[in-house]
Amino acid sequence: MWLYEKKLQYPVKVSQCNPRLAKYLIEQYGGADGELSAALRYLNQRYTIPDKVVGLLNDIGTEEFAHLEMIATMIYKLTKDATPEQLQQAGLGDYYVNHDQALYYQNAAGSPWTATYIQAKGDPIADLYEDIAAEEKARATYQWIIDLSDDPFLNESLKFLREREIVHAQRFHEAVEILKEERDRKKVF
Amino acid sequence: MELPESYYQLLEKIQQVDFVLVDLTLYLDTHPDDLEAVKQFNQLAYESKQLKAQFESQFGPLLQFGGSFSSYPWNWKDAPWPWQV
Repeated sequence: MWLYEKKLQYPVKVSQCNPRLAKYLIEQYGGADGELSAALRYLNQRYTIPDKVVGLLNDIGTEEFAHLEMIATMIYKLTKDATPEQLQQAGLGDYYVNHDQALYYQNAAGSPWTATYIQAKGDPIADLYEDIAAEEKARATYQWIIDLSDDPFLNESLKFLREREIVHAQRFHEAVEILKEERDRKKVF
Repeated sequence: MELPESYYQLLEKIQQVDFVLVDLTLYLDTHPDDLEAVKQFNQLAYESKQLKAQFESQFGPLLQFGGSFSSYPWNWKDAPWPWQV
């Protein structure tokens, strides 16, 4: 089971109400390479991956939920004081009609989250390579959002998340090596 | 919600220590034989507990489901939640 802790993993501050930025950020909330996809992908793969790397998937998957909460906090803070007119000007008129100020799992273009964003092949190397690709895509997405953002406080939190994607990819690479070593050892005997 | 500066200062200290604990956890998942890293992990786990005890005595429980003690009346459900500060 999980225990909730009443704190964010890293502080989230925003300079001002900015629904346009929230519209871009939602990509990392309910998009293909976003944090929801990441958490569900790794935690779901845990059950059938070799014991040697279960812990890593468990722990990275758990950290992804902390990142999801940070993204949610960013979107919430960027939109909570926005008027319907401001949301409309930011391209969120359609969103407002359906959700008011509520958060929803969709990507920046408005497509709802779908399980087709994640795979579970059962082959540990295939699954880990998918995970590495997912981390690299998430890192790139964070960079594109930072490029579009002019909020220095928000960018600080986004850079933290971007760096975490790099660390996760590195750990997944190590997991691949651990499994390859184990496989080669079995061949020797 | 008006919170004293000490809330943010203490919370940030906890976030710093706990971040290293998260990062060390992932590192140790793939480097389980690194004795220095395990020592550092245990030292920081101790520091995190100390800091959280200090924070909770002033601002209420951090952990759900018995991970933290409650005062009376029950104060786990009280704001502020992390996205509100």
